[in-house]
Amino acid sequence: MNAGVALQVLQSILVVLIAPLVMGWVNVCRAWLQNRSAPSVWLPYYTLAKLFHKDAIIAHTASPLFRWMPYVLFGCMWLAAGIVPVLATDLPFAPAADIIALVGVFAMARVATALAAMDTGTAFGGLGARREMMVGFLAEPAMLMTLFTAAFISGSTQLATIVDTLAHREFAIYPSLAFAGVAFLMVLLAENARIPVDNPTTHLELTMIHEAMILEYSARHLALIEWAVAIKLVAYMTIGFALFLPWGIAPAGDWGALPLALAALAAKLALAGAGLAFLETLLAKMRIFLVAEFLSTAFMLAVLGMLIHFLVRA
Amino acid sequence: MLAAALVAALAWLAVGLAGLVPAGNAVLARRVLFPLGAAVGLALAALGAQAAWAPAETLVAPLGLPDLPFHLRLDPLAGFFLLLLGAVSAGVSTYCAGYFREETPLRLRLICLQYHVFLAAMAFVILADDAYLFMVAWETMALASYFLVTTDHQRPAIRNAGFLYLLVAHIGALAVLLCFGVMHAGGGDYTFDALREAQLSPFWASVAFLLAFFGFGAKAGLLPLHAWLPEAHPAAPSPVSALMSGVMIKTAIYGMVRVVYDLIGAVRWEWGLLVLVVGAATALFGILFALAQQDLKRLLAYSSVENIGIVLLGLGMSLVFFGFGQPEAGMLGLIASLYHAFNHAVFKSLLFLGAGSILHASGLRDLNAMGGLVRPMPAVAFYFLIGTLSISALPPLNGFVSEWLTFQTALQAPLIEHGVMRSLVPLFAATLALSAALTAMCFVKVYGVAFLGRPRTQQQAVHDASLAERLGLAWLSAGCVVLGLFPTALLLTLNRVGESLTGASLGAAALESSWFWLVPTEPARASYSPVIFLLVVLAVVLVTIRVVLLYHGRVRSADPWDCGFPEQGTRMQDTAEGFAQPIRQIFGPVYLLKRHLPGPDDSNPRYSVKVEDRHWYWLYLPLARLAGYLSAKVALLQRGRISTYLLYSFFTLIALLVFVR
Repeated sequence: MNAGVALQVLQSILVVLIAPLVMGWVNVCRAWLQNRSAPSVWLPYYTLAKLFHKDAIIAHTASPLFRWMPYVLFGCMWLAAGIVPVLATDLPFAPAADIIALVGVFAMARVATALAAMDTGTAFGGLGARREMMVGFLAEPAMLMTLFTAAFISGSTQLATIVDTLAHREFAIYPSLAFAGVAFLMVLLAENARIPVDNPTTHLELTMIHEAMILEYSARHLALIEWAVAIKLVAYMTIGFALFLPWGIAPAGDWGALPLALAALAAKLALAGAGLAFLETLLAKMRIFLVAEFLSTAFMLAVLGMLIHFLVRA
Repeated sequence: MLAAALVAALAWLAVGLAGLVPAGNAVLARRVLFPLGAAVGLALAALGAQAAWAPAETLVAPLGLPDLPFHLRLDPLAGFFLLLLGAVSAGVSTYCAGYFREETPLRLRLICLQYHVFLAAMAFVILADDAYLFMVAWETMALASYFLVTTDHQRPAIRNAGFLYLLVAHIGALAVLLCFGVMHAGGGDYTFDALREAQLSPFWASVAFLLAFFGFGAKAGLLPLHAWLPEAHPAAPSPVSALMSGVMIKTAIYGMVRVVYDLIGAVRWEWGLLVLVVGAATALFGILFALAQQDLKRLLAYSSVENIGIVLLGLGMSLVFFGFGQPEAGMLGLIASLYHAFNHAVFKSLLFLGAGSILHASGLRDLNAMGGLVRPMPAVAFYFLIGTLSISALPPLNGFVSEWLTFQTALQAPLIEHGVMRSLVPLFAATLALSAALTAMCFVKVYGVAFLGRPRTQQQAVHDASLAERLGLAWLSAGCVVLGLFPTALLLTLNRVGESLTGASLGAAALESSWFWLVPTEPARASYSPVIFLLVVLAVVLVTIRVVLLYHGRVRSADPWDCGFPEQGTRMQDTAEGFAQPIRQIFGPVYLLKRHLPGPDDSNPRYSVKVEDRHWYWLYLPLARLAGYLSAKVALLQRGRISTYLLYSFFTLIALLVFVR
C-alpha cells in the first residue's frame, strides 16, 4: 500500500513535470515540419519561469473568482494526471474517480475557466467563454461515448481495470476500438484547443477560443494556466494510450516492469507529440460553426463503435 | 411515527390558520409563523428519514366522509419523500421569513395560509393510502398552488398563467382519477391495499400505466405538457416557485413510482422504453429552451423541465431492467432517479431563492439588465455559485452523483437479453451526457451574465439578502455539498426504499461500501469517492498558493485590457442572447425564431429575437380552438326556455328507460 502511494505521488509529479517538455516537443516538431528553425525544447520551462517572476496584474473589475481560477484549474489537472494509469495500474487514488468522473474533472476545469473569463466584463472574455462552452458541450458526449465503448469491452469504468483487460487480450484489431480511436483523436484536438478547432499560437482576437478566455491573465496566474493546459494535453494523450495502446504499462505489483514502462511512455509521448504536430501542419483551422459538424462526426463515430461492439461482440 | 407525521402535517395547517387571526400582527406572522413552519418541516424530515428504515405503518384516520375514512400509510417510499419535502421546505420557509418584507398585512396573511395549506397538502399526498384521500390532497395541492401563483392577480399575464396551470393540473388529475378507476378493476374498495391486490391483465395494466404516466406527467412537466411551467413559475413569488419546482413536481415522480412499482407491480420493459423516449425528449427540449431564455425565472423553469427528463431517464432504465428480469440493475436505475429527484429539489430551490433575492434587491429578472452582482451581493453570489456548480453536474457536488449513477445504470446494458434495447440504452445515456453539458453552458451563462462582469444598466442601490434569506440559502447550499460529498447514506436509504417496493436490492459490495466510497456494483467495475476527490484538489490548490506566494505575491491593479480600443462600454459585454447564439445556430430547427434586424439606414437600430415554443402552434392553440368550437356547438342546446329544457329531460328519461329496461 505504501509503495502504491509512493508510486502514485511519483507518477503525478512526473506527469506534471514533463508536461511542458511535451508541449515544447510538439512545438519543435511543428517548426521542423514547417521548415522553420526550431526553438529550444525547454522553452516552455523558461516561459513559465519568466511568468512566475513577474508582478501579477489584475483588472480592478475582477472578483475573487478570477484569482482563484488558475489554482482550481491546476488542481483539477493535477488530479486528472494522478488518476490516469501512466506508468502502472496499481494506483491507490485511482478508484476515487473513474472515467466518468474524469470527464467531470475536465468539465469542472472548463466551467471555472469560462466563469473567470466572464469576470472582468470585457467583450473578448465572454466571446471566448461562449465558444469554449460550445466546443465543450459538443465534445463531452463524444468523449463519454468513446469511453463507454472501452467500458463495455472491459466491463468496468475504472481506467486501471480497462488497461489490464485491454493489455492482456490477444492481439487483434477491434473494429469498435478503431472507430472509438478516431473519435477520441477528434475530441482530443477539440478539447486541447488545437488546430483545426482552435489555434494555440493565434493572437488574432476574432478567431481565438482558449486564448480569448485567458486574455486578462498575467504572470503567475498565466503561468499556472499554461502549465495546466500542458498537463491537460499529456493527460489526454495518456488516456488515449490507456485505451488504445495499453502495452507497456506496468501491471499491479510488478516493480521490475517500471523501467520498461518509463521507456514505453517516453516513446509513446514522443510519437504522439510528433503526430500532433504533423496533424496541425496538415490541417487548417476551420470556421467556428464547422466545429459542430466536426464534433458531431466524432460523436457518431463513437456511437457506431459502441453499436459495433454490441453487434459483433468485439 | 405515522401519528407524529400526521400531527406535523396538521401542524402546518394550524400554522397557516394562525396567520389569519385578525389580531395577529403581520410582522409577527412573518417572523414567527414561517420559522415555525420551517421547524415543522425539519421534524417531518427527521420522521421521514426514520420511516425509510422502519417497517410500514398504517392508520385509519377518523376524518373524511361517513363510511369513507382516510387511510394513511408511512412506508419507506413515503418516508423518503417526506424527508425531501421537509428538508427542502425548511430552507424555503426560513427564507420566506426574510423575503415577504414588503407585502401588505392582508396579502401576507393570505400567502401564509395558502403556503402552509400547500405544504400540508403535499404531505397528505405522500401519506395517503387510498385513492380518495390521494385525490383530495392532490387537488388541494393544485388549488393552493394556483392561489399562490396568482398572488399578483391584478396583472392579466399572471391570471392567464394561473389559468393555464389550473387547466393542465386538472387534465392531469382527471387522468390520475381514471388510472385509479382502471386499477380498481371493478372489485373491492379504493384503498391502495385493494388496488395492490387487484389482478390486472397486461392490457389493462398498460392502460393504467399510460394514464398514470400522462396524469402525473402533466404535473411533472413532461413534453408536451410542459407549457405551464415556464408560465406559472415566473408568475409566482420566488419561494413559491422554489417549492413548486423543487418539491411539487417531485410529488408527481412520487405518484409515478407509487403507482407503477407498488400498485401495478408487474413491470414491463415496453413501459420503460416509452419513459426513456419521453424523458430524453423532455431533457433535451428543456435545456435547449432554458438556454434561449433571458428571464431568469423562466430559464429556471425550463431547466426544471430538463431535470424531470433526467429523473425519467433513470426511471425508464430501471423499468427496462426490471422488465428484463435484472432487478439489481433496475434498483440502480431507481436509486439514480430518486437521488436526482432529491438533488434537483435542493439545488433548484436554491437557485429560485437566489433569483428571488436578486429580484428583491435590484428589481431585475431580465438577465440582460444585470451584471456584476457579485460585488453588491457577495453572499447570494456565493450560494448561487454552489447551486450553479451542482446543477451543472460538476464533481464533487450533488448533481454529479446522480448523473454518475444514471451513467452506471446505462453501463449495465449488456445484461439485457434483447439486441435492440441493449444498444438503445447507452444511446439514452448519450442524450443525458449532451443535456448535462448543455446545462453547464446554460448556467455559465446565467452566472456569468448576472453575477460577473460589470453592471449592464444603471442600478439603484443593490443590497445583499437579509439574514433569514441567507440562512435559507445556506441550508440548501449545505444540502448540495453534503449530498455530493457523502452519497452513501442516501444511496443505502434509497436501496431500502426500493427493497420495500420491489424486494430487490443492490449487490453485497454496494451495501458494504463505506461512508466516503461510492460503489454501485463492484469495486473493480466502478467507484467514486467525492471526499478524496475534493481533498486532492484542495491540497494541490493550497500547496500551490503557498509555494507561489513564498516566491513573491506582488499584485498590481489596472483597467482590463482594451485591445487597443479605449471605448469599451459595459454594453459590449456578452448578453444572454449572445451567449446562446451558437445554440440557436446549431439547433435552429428546434426553435421558432422571430427575429428583428435593423435595416442599413436605421437611425435607431434595435436587434431583437424572440424564441417561441412550437408546441403552442401545433398542440395548444388548435386544442383551444377545438374546445371553443365544441363549446359553441354545445351552447346551441341552451335556448333559455324552460320548456326546451323539460323536453331534454323527457328525452333523457326515455333513453334511460330503453337503456335500463
